[in-house]
Amino acid sequence: MSSKSKPLFSSSLGKKLIMSLTGLFLCSFLVIHLIGNLQLFKNDEGYAFNNYAYFMTHFAPIKVVSYLLYASIIIHAVYALILTTKNKAARPIGYNQSAGNENSKWNSRNMGILGTIILVFLATHMQNFWYQYKFGTTPYIEYNTEVATGNRQTISSDELPATYDGVKIFENNGVETVQTKDLYKQVAYTFQNPFIVLLYVVAMAALAFHLIHGFQSAFQTIGFNHRRYIGFVKSVGIWVFGVIIPIAFAAMPLYFFFKGL
Amino acid sequence: MNLTLKVWRQKNDKSTGQFVTIQANNIADDMSFLEMLDIVNDDLTRKGEDPIYFDHDCREGICGMCSLVINGRPHGPNQGTTTCQLHMRSFHDGQTIVIEPWRAAAFPVLKDLAVDRTAFDRIQQAGGYVNVNTGGVPDANAIPIPKRIADEAFESATCIGCGACVAACKNASAMLFVSAKVSQFALLPQGQTERYERAQAMVDQMDAEGFGNCTNTGACEAECPVGIKLTNIARLNREYLTAKIFRQEDVHA
Ligand code: HEM
Ligand code: SF4
Ligand code: FES
Repeated sequence: MSSKSKPLFSSSLGKKLIMSLTGLFLCSFLVIHLIGNLQLFKNDEGYAFNNYAYFMTHFAPIKVVSYLLYASIIIHAVYALILTTKNKAARPIGYNQSAGNENSKWNSRNMGILGTIILVFLATHMQNFWYQYKFGTTPYIEYNTEVATGNRQTISSDELPATYDGVKIFENNGVETVQTKDLYKQVAYTFQNPFIVLLYVVAMAALAFHLIHGFQSAFQTIGFNHRRYIGFVKSVGIWVFGVIIPIAFAAMPLYFFFKGL
Repeated sequence: MNLTLKVWRQKNDKSTGQFVTIQANNIADDMSFLEMLDIVNDDLTRKGEDPIYFDHDCREGICGMCSLVINGRPHGPNQGTTTCQLHMRSFHDGQTIVIEPWRAAAFPVLKDLAVDRTAFDRIQQAGGYVNVNTGGVPDANAIPIPKRIADEAFESATCIGCGACVAACKNASAMLFVSAKVSQFALLPQGQTERYERAQAMVDQMDAEGFGNCTNTGACEAECPVGIKLTNIARLNREYLTAKIFRQEDVHA
């Protein structure tokens, strides 16, 4: 046996390891992102959501994780391309007849297409909210809450006041004032556009099918198939990542669209 | 029964092939698929034409020589059978049957339906064996092996090296074959000495031969004539990644 072997990441298995680890990291992010975004459903004129958005963009450890996240998306997509290119080259002449669904599920054979839909969505999504929040024109809101009673008054405007420099929270005469960018309103506004709503819903369907195969596939790739736990992994892949998470995300644009009608 | 065959004909590994339509007449239900091709070839030979070239040897499902993608399915429509064990009763009178060779860059077509599967041999030569110094015959039960493990290793060892897994995979990946070959030794005490070296050497050779990557679609498992399981692939991933990440020093790689 030859004892000189190629480096890990030049092998097909090493590249798949990268695919699975970045994929699982993205899955863990989906859970966190969903829990945070559920605050959009609170009927508080965006108070909880805007505070959460500020926290997510300004708390240092989260900033580090968010850069890891952007890197993961890019690495995952680049390796998807590298692997797909190699896979296509491995069969230069195709079949006249194909077995289709007789020996495998269609989503497992079309991970690249499903992933590309997700990628298009991610680009739109970042432009819609991340870019607007950081660099674009975001509306402004001021919440004045009476601490004793919880009564809240708001002052909002479509533009940031010239004096605005990040969220301000102060208390005065038993009134808590929060001045912040109003991402909640930006969300409500963006989801008035039926084409954006459609793109979001389609992308969540693609994500569902990507993860119904992808989540359990990632465990197979890292070699985890312990008989006692693999049934649990497969159910989580289908029910949590294939059903609950995509439906909850898809509900957000639909909620704002129908609320605004 | 009478059948219409659309058969891939290709002169040699240099030429480009094409489908040729050939009639197969008076075929009995109890013939095997290969016997059906024999009848067609007798006809062609009598007419002075070149017979259809296809691989076969044992014709009892144990050697792994027969191949053929039949209507899009490696080894035909039945589960757990090789083409030599496929019978014509699985088809009906008047049916059109499309017959193609295994398609993979690593399995170039030699002629008509026969492909060069020596890539598998080279993977085996890279590590699919155990080095033992021969000597006296060892006592049968000198090395205790739990039955459960022995059975699992045996199941992996039933791979006949036919290549249907590669033919079925959308990526022409050889993972099921390589995982079976690595597993049969990884599970047994005799395979431990070279365990991690073997996984690395065989994966390297698999990649060098130009097979695709594994997307875990499961098409290989569905088409494997002897029922090699995907659990073997998980084991190969584990063996290889363990070798690379934790055992690199041990194997001087
Ligand atoms: C939120 C976004 C995404 C998540 C959570 C995700 C998750 C995953 C997971 C867990 C896998 C399984 C990895 C494995 O089997 O080893 C996977 C595979 C794959 N992903 Fe993604 N992915 C995402 C986005 C994308 C994007 C944007 C693309 C393409 C541009 C993509 C393309 C692929 C492909 C082609 C595979 C199959 C790779 C293979 O098995 O050979 N994914 N993804
Ligand atoms: S794993 Fe199954 S399909 Fe693949 S070579 Fe072995 S016997 Fe044939
Ligand atoms: S000819 Fe030997 S397995 Fe089919």
